Amino acid sequence: MTTAPAPVDETPGARRRLPSSGLVRFVLRRFGALVLLCLGVTLVVFALTQLVPSNAVATNLGEQAAGDPAAVAAFEHHYGLDRPLPLRYLIYLDHLLHGDLGQSSLTHDAVTHDLGQFIPATVELAIFAVFLAAVFGITFGVIAALRTNRPTDHVLRVTSLAGISMPTFWIALIALYVGFYRLGWFPGAERLDPGTNPPPHVTGLYTVDALLAGNLGLFVQALHHLVLPALVLAAFSVSLLTRFTRSAVLEVVGNDYVRAARAKGLSERIVIVRHVLRAALPAVVTVLGLVFANVLTGAVLVEKIFSWPGIGQYAYEAAVNVDVPAIAGVSLFVAVVYVTINFVVDVLYGVIDPRIRIT
Amino acid sequence: MSDVALRPIQRKRWFRISPAWRRPLAITGVAIAVAWILIAIFAPLIAPYNPLAQSFAAAQAPSSRHLFGTDELGRDVFSRVIYGSRVSIPIAVLLVAVAATIGSMIGAVAGYFRGPVDGVLMRGADLVFAFPPIILAMVVAAVLGRGLQNAALAIVVVAWPSYSRVVRGLVLSVGDSEYVQSARLLGASSSRTLRRDVLPNVAGPVFVLATLDIATAILLLSGLSFLGLGAQPPTPEWGSMVAEGTQYFQWWWIGTFPGLAIFTVVVAFNFIGDSLRDVFDPRTARRVEQTAP
Repeated sequence: MTTAPAPVDETPGARRRLPSSGLVRFVLRRFGALVLLCLGVTLVVFALTQLVPSNAVATNLGEQAAGDPAAVAAFEHHYGLDRPLPLRYLIYLDHLLHGDLGQSSLTHDAVTHDLGQFIPATVELAIFAVFLAAVFGITFGVIAALRTNRPTDHVLRVTSLAGISMPTFWIALIALYVGFYRLGWFPGAERLDPGTNPPPHVTGLYTVDALLAGNLGLFVQALHHLVLPALVLAAFSVSLLTRFTRSAVLEVVGNDYVRAARAKGLSERIVIVRHVLRAALPAVVTVLGLVFANVLTGAVLVEKIFSWPGIGQYAYEAAVNVDVPAIAGVSLFVAVVYVTINFVVDVLYGVIDPRIRIT
Repeated sequence: MSDVALRPIQRKRWFRISPAWRRPLAITGVAIAVAWILIAIFAPLIAPYNPLAQSFAAAQAPSSRHLFGTDELGRDVFSRVIYGSRVSIPIAVLLVAVAATIGSMIGAVAGYFRGPVDGVLMRGADLVFAFPPIILAMVVAAVLGRGLQNAALAIVVVAWPSYSRVVRGLVLSVGDSEYVQSARLLGASSSRTLRRDVLPNVAGPVFVLATLDIATAILLLSGLSFLGLGAQPPTPEWGSMVAEGTQYFQWWWIGTFPGLAIFTVVVAFNFIGDSLRDVFDPRTARRVEQTAP
């Protein structure tokens, strides 16, 4: 049976080992690049924190302690503020390795503790949004590709261009006005109704935790709160995925094996799902990094509007209040997650398409 | 004379490369963009009121006197939206021009010298790509201090690397191409090959990228202003106007119209950029023609 262009080396024996060792080398090389990139990220974050014209002692220590020379000296010594710049960077790295991101001057908690508090809300929102975006985006993309240059395609093209042109915060405003204020179908803010206790903490994702606790009502409530912000967040990525899926499908749909599949009388549905999508979807995987970046971008804006206690909200509060340790911590965290996702996407793509491994 | 003779050829090419159905998109985009640029230039003539004057009853719904209503401080929303074009559009165009120039120069240097210079410059670009744009822009804007100028600067910091990557790749591939090699062998000076062979190949993609980037820049700029890191009150900036709208979302007109303004400008540049991309990229042009029924 003809399937997607098979990246398998058919020759048995010695030559068979080549692709896999090539893959190992590819993954190792990419991993090396990832580690260097993460190191570079720490350098950028460190440099940014050094640019802030603020008095770290005063903002971190409170008035009483700042008046006490011993406390000031201890603080300065701990963060290496009495040392030259390169040494300070090394001290910063040392703290990082020990999981010390400093203390937020806003919440007066360790930044790592704050991140732990805020991450699950964003993860829940992001997963839901990416799921929605993938379902709608891939469906629309396939439809557009199969109707190339026909009205449906034009409509989808204009709609998806419009979708990437709408400011997320504007969509959020309209969604809030219509869905919450006018129709009253959805709650307007927060992860649960006011006064509701969150489910016992297991994963931090309220929907999952509610299910684990067997509390169906709470699950529905959490989901209800999730729908509106997730839809808003997905809007941009739906358009992106539509456009990308369309071109990926167009890339394969003209191939001989697709024509052969049709010629031997397979139903259109089977041709699309088994032959076209199977070959086109790996290319769609490569935009996942971009989708993640979009979701995070949107999260900063959407979380502010929906009072969603997530990482975007935290980053926003930190940036607006020039809470340097929090800014540094959150941007470091986000960047590391981002480059790691791109690394995983790269490796996945290398596994799927051996040609990538050479570059 | 030569001008007249050239025109039909160019027009014919335009028709052949881009399928006819693509053109309405480009025309719509150009029309909206030109309209906005005219609005920005003639804002004082179009706007009926002073955008900063708090001289009306607050929160009036849209009416014939106030087309877009008045905001929570009694300012005319229509006038503010009109004046907002003078803030966002010139800044976005300027910052994209700066980012494109810096980025292209860095990319050209990297592609031309190759070796360690290339390595260092491109790793620098990689570092910027390691951050989701809004996070880096937010951090840079916060570090530099709130304000429109700093927000624009932050977006330049985020935007330059994509030009470097594109230009570097083009300079590398064009430099290796046979027609450049043969031009050199025929005795063309390096400045001539650069001007005649390399530049035309680089200019198109950079231009497309810049057009699409104006759209992104307006979105980012208004996003930063929405967060309070860009334009400061009482500047009539669209993003910060939407932010006011979210605080009083029962008065839908305060935020909806400035948002609509952002949307129309961004969609115009996306339409143009998207159509241009098809014209400049022979691969998509051919693919679309091939798959067309």
